Amino acid sequence: MSEKMIELLSGESRADIDRWIAKYPPEQKQSAVMAALRIAQEQNGGWLTEELIQAVAAYLAMEVMAVYEVASFYSMYELKPVGKHKISVCTNISCMLCGSDQVVEHLQQRLGIKLGETTADNRFTLKEVECLGACVNAPMFELNKNYYENLTPEAIDAILDGLD
Amino acid sequence: MVNIEINGKPVAAREGSMLLEAADEAGITIPRFCYHSKLSIAASCRMCLVEVEKVPKPLPACATPVSEGMKAYTRSPRAIAAQRSVMEFLLINHPLDCPICDQGGECELQEMALGYGNDVSRYAEAKRVVHSPDLGPLIATDMSRCIHCTRCVRFGEEIGGMMELGAPGRGEHMHIATYMEHSVDSELSGNVVDLCPVGALTSKPYRYSARPWELQSHHTVSPHDCVGTNIRLDSRSGRAMRVVARDNEAVNECWIADRDRFSYTALEHEDRLRKPQIKRDGVWQECDWDTALTTAVEGLKQFAADQLGALAAYGATNEEHFLLQRLMRGIGSANIDHRLRQQDFRDQNEQGPYPALGQPIAALEQNDAVLLVGSNIRKEQPLLAQRLRKAVRGGARVMAINPVDYAMAFTLAEKRIALDLVSELLAVAKALLEGSSEAVPQWLTTAIVGVAVEESHRAIAGTLRAGKQASVLLGAGAQGHPAAAELRAVANLIASLSGAHIGILAEGGNAAGAALAGCLPHRGAGCQASDGIGLDWKAMFAAKLPGYLLLGVEPEYDCIDSAAALQAMQEARFVVAINSYASVAMRDYADVLLPAATFAETAGSLVNTEGQWQGFNGAATAPGEARPAWKILRVLGNLFDINGFEQNSAEEVRAELEAACAQLPAAPAAWQPKAMSRLPAGLLRIADVPIYAVDAMVRRAAPLQTTADADLWQIRLNSVTAEKAGFSSVVEARLIQGAGEVVLPLLIDERLPDNAVYLPAGLSATVGLGGGFAAVELTHA
Repeated sequence: MSEKMIELLSGESRADIDRWIAKYPPEQKQSAVMAALRIAQEQNGGWLTEELIQAVAAYLAMEVMAVYEVASFYSMYELKPVGKHKISVCTNISCMLCGSDQVVEHLQQRLGIKLGETTADNRFTLKEVECLGACVNAPMFELNKNYYENLTPEAIDAILDGLD
Repeated sequence: MVNIEINGKPVAAREGSMLLEAADEAGITIPRFCYHSKLSIAASCRMCLVEVEKVPKPLPACATPVSEGMKAYTRSPRAIAAQRSVMEFLLINHPLDCPICDQGGECELQEMALGYGNDVSRYAEAKRVVHSPDLGPLIATDMSRCIHCTRCVRFGEEIGGMMELGAPGRGEHMHIATYMEHSVDSELSGNVVDLCPVGALTSKPYRYSARPWELQSHHTVSPHDCVGTNIRLDSRSGRAMRVVARDNEAVNECWIADRDRFSYTALEHEDRLRKPQIKRDGVWQECDWDTALTTAVEGLKQFAADQLGALAAYGATNEEHFLLQRLMRGIGSANIDHRLRQQDFRDQNEQGPYPALGQPIAALEQNDAVLLVGSNIRKEQPLLAQRLRKAVRGGARVMAINPVDYAMAFTLAEKRIALDLVSELLAVAKALLEGSSEAVPQWLTTAIVGVAVEESHRAIAGTLRAGKQASVLLGAGAQGHPAAAELRAVANLIASLSGAHIGILAEGGNAAGAALAGCLPHRGAGCQASDGIGLDWKAMFAAKLPGYLLLGVEPEYDCIDSAAALQAMQEARFVVAINSYASVAMRDYADVLLPAATFAETAGSLVNTEGQWQGFNGAATAPGEARPAWKILRVLGNLFDINGFEQNSAEEVRAELEAACAQLPAAPAAWQPKAMSRLPAGLLRIADVPIYAVDAMVRRAAPLQTTADADLWQIRLNSVTAEKAGFSSVVEARLIQGAGEVVLPLLIDERLPDNAVYLPAGLSATVGLGGGFAAVELTHA
């Protein structure tokens, strides 16, 4: 059972996870859980299936529930399929004071979806997240793996227009 | 000891203890929700905030270690203000549904809110609503009531051994759930009902049926395994409403198994006997007690005494066992047996006074090496398994020689999964003798010739020998083995060669009491020699006795050889059944049905595996005209005109038995096998007794029968055996054993050894099949 689950992780993913496991004492494999979940998510096009969570649990000899607690705690893990471009808008206090409401409003209008939704063509997923640590240039969002700061409606249009 | 001061009172606290524990020991109450003495510390509810001198902020008492000279104030204005603030936060999202909440009246949050809450909430915004997952047939959920103490999560991780519940989500979205809506399947799961301080996790069978202030609590003991678990049965107007745990550190701590908690649901089962009944010309007629008892006595009197046999249930009380054997011996028959789940009695005269663990239950935790032989301890004695789990967490090495690779709640350090348990044990014995010059009996020297010793046998031997406190424990699989006497003999030698304790994890609820009461063909009460050696159950069936007296047993379910039992009952000319329930088969073969009270409705006592006698009184009223079985037996004794049936209470019966057991003889010299038996070739059936099939009551507890542990109606093989027998892609198969056969779904199960066919006993599907470790045939359905 658990061996079959482990096979859901590609050889490449497993090699990558092993590098993280090696950073910790041998009896503390579970310390690599965050990295392992990230690697599994990347392997699967940006989201974690039930089976992948089980695979990570089996690979790190952890309880599935404990892995799921981690996967559901952090906003960078996705438990449902996401679009090609994931926009994570910070609405925490600094961004809110600097106009994140307007950012959200503009994105929702332009994309025709609400927070937490994905466009019908699977190009965009819009997501509300807590502070990403870029308060100094609020408001901001994270698009895929990059931060975009000092956002205005015009700046947002320019960023989105530049995407494939 | 550390000297501290709480509320100005000097307190000597244990070094390393927490402030809250020190306060508890000094009798000072600090409010708390998440703290539980048997679980790790979470400090997540913050209810126990107290003021400590020289510390600027209030501290959680449950997570603040005591230090010399510490001065704490639990009732200072700052402490109370902190506690009241926490209470206000806890109540923000808590629904105001106490009037329809099962926890109402015994709710820790309700009680604390009375002391620390405001009468009116300042919070006017919307409350959180949380999805309530379906956790299966035992636990009801109302997760909006949850205050996130995580006691249930910690219980699963630390005690149950399965992290079935967790706390996914973050901040306001954090909630208690199972992974992807699975049910909670642990055999200890019901304990979260006791642990939950609010009404988020409650008992599903008890739901909406009573209020705690309407209930009368009765202290009693569970008769479903040899632990003697202490329980509290709550009744309303004589009707049993629920069972909860009762603390007894030495026996069950504060935990009980689901079997102990939910078996009461069978008390009102439709099979329950409410009136005495006699069969006239093949038709059942209800009648009064006099008629039924006279019919029973006349029916039994038509045979010579030695043509009568008595079979008793493992879980009957000491008093019932004692009076049954006195009645039979008084009539003149020693054909008495309760060991229906055993089939090898060759060493019965050499066995100890009763099947004993050989050490206190609590001492199991101190073992550093344990070898389980033929034991699915987790499902057979869940609370003993829990003790071993604790030992493992403390570094002990638990090993197993089992016919099935049973899922334990701990990792086995070594395991041998094989059908031939005798050879496996012999290999361990041989490994112990390697390089040792210890003298051993000649039979062992002969038996180990040609036995192959593998590395794992040596590891088991070495671990046992190296253990400071080691134990060899024989489970139901060993006790019920066709060569059980040989297993016991070899295990005894392994224990003495390695310096380990030997212990028996006895099958059934009161095997120890039954043996002490003399419910045996070869020994009377207190191990006195029986006047005349009677027949064991196998011999009774073989002798085709015409008359039987049954006490609490359904032989076709309770006997290891259901086929032989069913045939014996059907061929008998007169069968009297004293039972709380009547199965379909029993209505067919019995002639008189005498309705008996269950353990919940009678006074009596049980002896547990460590030899502790525990008495109890009736907690509920028996339905209809059902009577305590000891009273039925007492009147039968009077009707047979036998001396010794003048007792007026169960206590008097117990006093007589205790007097008989005052001086138990020492265990006799060990039994010596002549030659080792061989298992038959071909496919062999493994037929253990599942956790929810152990006795008539548990088999009728509907909530337990819908759990995952009761889902056993399959014929199981491992993939190698399936392939060899041509069953790899078959969905259904026919199992033929002797004259019995059954068609069931086929399941591939890799926990089995080669050539094994797993189909448990005690299910209605397996009535009429023979016992375990016997040859079976599989055909396409």
